[in-house]
Amino acid sequence: MWSGLPKRSKNKMERPELPSYLKTKIDETASKMKVDKKKLLASATEEYLSAQVEPGECVGLVAAESIGEPGTQMTLNTFHFAGVAEMNVTVGLPRIIEVLDARKTISTPMMEIYLKSPYNKGKDIKKVALSLKETALEEVIKDLSISIADLTIELTLDKEKLKDISMMPVTVQKLIKAGVKELNMKIKDDLIILNLKGKDVHLNQLYKAKEKLKKVFIKGVKGIKQVLPVKKGDEFIIVTSGTNLKDILKMGTLIDTTKTTTNDIFEIHDVLGIEAARQTIIIELRKVIDSQGLNVDMRHIMLVADIMTNTGVIKGCTRYGVVGEKASVLARASFETPIRHITNATLHGEMDHLSSVVENVMINQPVPIGTGLPGLITKIKK
Amino acid sequence: MSEVYLNGKFVGDVDNGQAFTQQLIQERRKGTMSDLLNVFYDGITDEVTIESSKGRARRPLIVVKGGASLLTDAHVRSLQKNELSWKDLVSQGIIEVLDALEEEGALIAFSPTELTPEHTHLEIAPVTMLGLCTSLVPYANFNQSARLNAGSKNQKQALGFYCSNFSVRIDMDTNILHHPQMPIVNTIMHDVSNYAKHASGQNIIVAIMSYKGYNMEDAIILNRGSIDRGLGRSTYYRPAIAEELRYSGGLIDDITVPDKDVKGYKSERDYRLLEEDGIIFPEAAVNEGDVVIGKTSPPRFLSGMDEYSLASSTRRESSVSARHGEGGVVDFVLITENGEGNKLVQVRLRDERIPEIGDKFTSRHGQKGVVGLIVPQSDMPFSSSGIQPDLIFSPYGIPSRMTISHLIELVGGKTGALNGRFVDGTAFDAEAEMDLRKELLNLGFKENGEETLYNGVTGEQYQAQIYIGNMYYMKLKHMVANKLHSRARGPIQLLTRQPTEGRAKEGGLRLGEMEKDTFIAHGASLLLKERFSSDKVIVPVAEESGLIAVEDKYQKKCYCPLTGSTENISYIEISYAFKLFLDELKSMCIYPRLLLKNKF
Repeated sequence: MWSGLPKRSKNKMERPELPSYLKTKIDETASKMKVDKKKLLASATEEYLSAQVEPGECVGLVAAESIGEPGTQMTLNTFHFAGVAEMNVTVGLPRIIEVLDARKTISTPMMEIYLKSPYNKGKDIKKVALSLKETALEEVIKDLSISIADLTIELTLDKEKLKDISMMPVTVQKLIKAGVKELNMKIKDDLIILNLKGKDVHLNQLYKAKEKLKKVFIKGVKGIKQVLPVKKGDEFIIVTSGTNLKDILKMGTLIDTTKTTTNDIFEIHDVLGIEAARQTIIIELRKVIDSQGLNVDMRHIMLVADIMTNTGVIKGCTRYGVVGEKASVLARASFETPIRHITNATLHGEMDHLSSVVENVMINQPVPIGTGLPGLITKIKK
Repeated sequence: MSEVYLNGKFVGDVDNGQAFTQQLIQERRKGTMSDLLNVFYDGITDEVTIESSKGRARRPLIVVKGGASLLTDAHVRSLQKNELSWKDLVSQGIIEVLDALEEEGALIAFSPTELTPEHTHLEIAPVTMLGLCTSLVPYANFNQSARLNAGSKNQKQALGFYCSNFSVRIDMDTNILHHPQMPIVNTIMHDVSNYAKHASGQNIIVAIMSYKGYNMEDAIILNRGSIDRGLGRSTYYRPAIAEELRYSGGLIDDITVPDKDVKGYKSERDYRLLEEDGIIFPEAAVNEGDVVIGKTSPPRFLSGMDEYSLASSTRRESSVSARHGEGGVVDFVLITENGEGNKLVQVRLRDERIPEIGDKFTSRHGQKGVVGLIVPQSDMPFSSSGIQPDLIFSPYGIPSRMTISHLIELVGGKTGALNGRFVDGTAFDAEAEMDLRKELLNLGFKENGEETLYNGVTGEQYQAQIYIGNMYYMKLKHMVANKLHSRARGPIQLLTRQPTEGRAKEGGLRLGEMEKDTFIAHGASLLLKERFSSDKVIVPVAEESGLIAVEDKYQKKCYCPLTGSTENISYIEISYAFKLFLDELKSMCIYPRLLLKNKF
């Protein structure tokens, strides 16, 4: 007869112990609260053990169902925008799919830039924000035209706008010179006249040079397309659309490098490593799930993030990622593109050890989960 | 210059499109042009579009001139006296039929009171905006439009009197309602469509209250006494059809009582209802599996000498019998010939359908529900005057759906029934609710339609006042008797050896992907295996080659298909579908090798 789990204390089994850091913490608390150390430790251990997952528990499937079930409810309110006003952020199911599939290019890359004191109290916040924004030449031009007769490009700078981003016309002129090397520059008062080097200049070339000119990088951080100072709690942060974590983190005097983050998992992976990427996956999933008012246990999300990152690279939950690396041929074939998997398995002479769930369902054998997991070992008397 | 298009094709120019269009309309009203013609002038593109093609949706409207309707009281009076007809009105240009395009250029007044000089037309009646079925919903203008759609869709599924010669027709799956009634609360469309001659529902007493939780989630409670008196009773007709088909070689099917030596002979009991001609007799009670028309067919594949042997010995049984789970009484037998001159026998089975738990009923307001409980009349609530509801409807169906018309019909029906008259509930033109309330008050009832009811079981007075009155209810064609299905063991598919699918084939109820997941999540591994073992087989495996061995039952021998060796053969239990999968791989020249290992 099955009579529940064996009581660990009554059993002669070795009593499992708490990790040492928890023990010291409990000791501290006990002395602080002036309670019996032993009693507290005993009940804490009991709690700790009951929170542990039993052997044979099928955590992956439960995690999948626990995220998938509320996901079905999310399909309806998909195209709602949340977060910062004026900035368009993907939320809801599309965002979850984006994270879980580990898309390389996400639809709305975003950064949250935390600032060092005194900027985080709002000092020069607008100026700081604008200095981060990527500015191209075309944004500070008053007038840009091609003179067909002289085969020159004529350009006037907008001094007001230059003032906004605190730049001198001279520096801009230098940047133009460095940015488009095929042009000669002449300056007449405010007017900048540019003409192509060399003889036999064709109008087409001039047009191309003009387009190139427009995109000349003037100021800011590359990739930061929009900036928006926002008050979060009691400090000011800058929310951006477009990300460039690497370059932003270099500005250590201005920004708080410990808190600044982006929602691009791959960028985090490149700059900060795989552990940080795992944490970002968790945070990003959590954000969407919380914003929809759903309740999913943290450990399900952590498990998914672990599986996506445990090889050191980010794998999506797709046939190219997590599923594609399953050991079993039958399990892979039962997911997507069965013909491809079976032909490949044939070509390589793959062997299926039938060690997971799907394969055993297919051949009608007990699945190695729960009651199907333990085997019985007996000594046969001779 | 305006361009003129006739039925979508450019035909020429006119100087003034506006004037041309007006002239054309005048000519049409005078009768010098066909009234099937519609014309529209588009001021933006400066184009005149004339349409006379078929298939346009058109609707009639009263012509308005200078803010006054051309249809006068004098016209109406002579219409009533039958001195004037619809056709006369059209030919006099009083009524005009517009298509969707010409309607674009018209300004149509909803009622005569809102006419202004700008208006060009007047609605004959606001209901004409609605379709046939939708205009059958009383007080429709009080509802949310989605409910009107639901209400008119439900009416299409209602059982009624679908045609008056049903007794000599052989139709597939038809139902006849036993005591159809004209609704007490009706609309003008009920009169126009002669609804009294083909009604499809009954006026019953409805109480809006809960009853022991048996009317949760849109369920309804029925009164056993009302059912015994014929409420919602209907007859279900379904034909069995057999034809003497001709085959190549002059062979022919034979409608007869099959001989015992026919291939596939059922049992004598199954043929007991057949007469000498092989056809069942009228008024025979048929149960499932009983043969209705006996028939034999020639053997399927004729080759060589077979033709000269005795034909009867190889003939196949191909009788038509009552389907699984269906029976009834033979209603009508028809013996005739079809277009190709083959003998055709049609037998119509009839089955009386008394409302039971699971049958679907609806009012006309998209408030459909399934019978949740049938209560003995003695246990039904009763009022002080002794009235007991035929049906109890749950109040929880009202707030979220906002079907106000459902509530108004109940008061209207009550007033109409008590006063012995019909109530006009035409959308936008209905009798006012306040008038109905006043009338109800004069009849000695509470004006809001509520009454004090008493618990039928205990006799105690209910604390709440119950909203009770008469409503028109319809029985829908979805009856449990046609849908009820369960299976423990039964037929399997030939290819996969898994259970068949669907009620008609006595199929199994699938334990699907997500159901499977629940078993896994509980760790119920062996239960899952058992549930999926419907197609399990025990196959011999030749361990050396890893292939499924050949089992020769006659020689009691088991050998490897590759080497022929009889050594090292073990039996394993797998699903047949997996064996089939392995076979399919082999057919594609893929060698699936099974490596066996002792489990213990």
